[in-house]
Amino acid sequence: MAHSHTSQAPELRDPAWTGRVFWTLAGLVILWPALVATEFKPWIFLDPDNLRVTLRFLGDFFPPVFTGEFLLMVAQESWRTVAIATAGMALALVLAIPLTLLATRILSVSALTGRMAALPFAVRQLLRWVMILLRSIPELIWALVFVRVVGLGPTAGVLAIGLTYAGMLGKVYSEILESGETHATQTLLRNGASRLQAFFYGLLPQNASELTSYTVYRWECAIRSSAVLGFVGAGGLGQQMDNSMKMFNGGEVATMLLVFMLLVGLADLLSSALRRAIR
Amino acid sequence: MKPIVISGVSTKARLLLLAIACLTLASLWSLNLQIAQFFSADSMARMGKFIAELFSPELSGPFVTKVFFASLETLAMSAIGTLLAVVFGLGLALPASLKGPGLLTLIRGITKLAFNALRSIPELVWAALLLIFAGLGPFAGTLALALHTTGVFGRLFSEAIENAPDHAAIALRSQGISELRVFFYATLPTILPQLVSYSLYRWENNIRAAAVLGVVGAGGLGQMLAFHMGLFHMNETSTILLAMIALVMLVDGLSYVARQRLSA
Repeated sequence: MAHSHTSQAPELRDPAWTGRVFWTLAGLVILWPALVATEFKPWIFLDPDNLRVTLRFLGDFFPPVFTGEFLLMVAQESWRTVAIATAGMALALVLAIPLTLLATRILSVSALTGRMAALPFAVRQLLRWVMILLRSIPELIWALVFVRVVGLGPTAGVLAIGLTYAGMLGKVYSEILESGETHATQTLLRNGASRLQAFFYGLLPQNASELTSYTVYRWECAIRSSAVLGFVGAGGLGQQMDNSMKMFNGGEVATMLLVFMLLVGLADLLSSALRRAIR
Repeated sequence: MKPIVISGVSTKARLLLLAIACLTLASLWSLNLQIAQFFSADSMARMGKFIAELFSPELSGPFVTKVFFASLETLAMSAIGTLLAVVFGLGLALPASLKGPGLLTLIRGITKLAFNALRSIPELVWAALLLIFAGLGPFAGTLALALHTTGVFGRLFSEAIENAPDHAAIALRSQGISELRVFFYATLPTILPQLVSYSLYRWENNIRAAAVLGVVGAGGLGQMLAFHMGLFHMNETSTILLAMIALVMLVDGLSYVARQRLSA
């Protein structure tokens, strides 16, 4: 053989190859129960009956419905989605601001001289737990509960967003206030300013832009979640989308999906423009 | 005491405040909220009864087992959904991070547009849509998570690839190694730590999302919750809600501990 006596480079082999194959196989074995639990059967999409329904529904997507009457309804529902988010944020702020003022450690007078006294500590801890509880229940679950109590419609959506976001805003506001420079505030408190004065003249001016920026960002999130809340009957675009899906009206669904993407995109643009302006 | 100082505020900020006030008032006015009705004796009584019922969870053995398995199903949905999204996200991030003129620009544009579309539709809306194709159950929920997260990962991964230092890649390319191998032996190892941390973070989010997704019928704890709530089985509802809160808090706690460990 011709090449047997030319000195040949050793065969190029990936040294990590065996390890990779082993871990991939091990991963698949671990994943097996998870695939069973999620009833992972992609082939059901190829089932002829299923395929027919799917194709008909998808075929309906084009063209989307663009009649005047329908567009007017969609515009109205989009406004309601924005309105639910805005009213929800207003409610959240009404709850979160007092919660923050009460819970933040920096405004503690007793903590100025050593440890915080027992009662204020207990009150602050309690409020923290309330905020954790408010935000650890997702807004969709709150909405399900409130739909039970106040009936279908936007009120449930506003209450759901208000409560969940109150917990989130309260937590993040306290963190923002506590992470900043506290010297000015403490000096004010030491010199006999009231806690509200120390807040308005010390803490707030220092952290105002960060607080506003976070609030605007949350408003954007609220718009997204208010659209979703409609699926459990809390009004707005989501509720109409749910109705059209149940009637298998692909064209209407397509229009509303487009409008929804537009709405989310606009909120995103507006919120990032506002946040840049604040900075 | 006159605490609020508006005089130092710029005209732009005042206009902004005015706009926000108008938007809020218009929202409150146009929604015709039933706040008064919410605080009426009647609905307060209903709320009270509801809460009282929530505090008496159903704790019989078989039911708790069922809730436990639904929680596992929720976990499995989030894990498989995230994993699928890693695979598809990485697969699509390659064409999205192509550099070059002409046709490549077009491919890049289309994949980026697809990421935005996938991402801007929330998991729950995807789930509601997929129910039509895949039927009730966890499969629809898993795919919904996968689709939304693919959009998120596609964008993050393609940005990671674009911003990765390319010394190793250039070294391989100059040896005449094919592009695919360059990706697997140079670019991928460089961005791997970033990939892993994004993936774990989104998995955490997806566990929370998966718990709720089921409400439209897409499996896991959510589906059970919607079922029992619809039938006014309040004690069962209470147990499921407790399981949900426990799951969310467990994930929060674990991720907090993990982050502390990793940063320490």
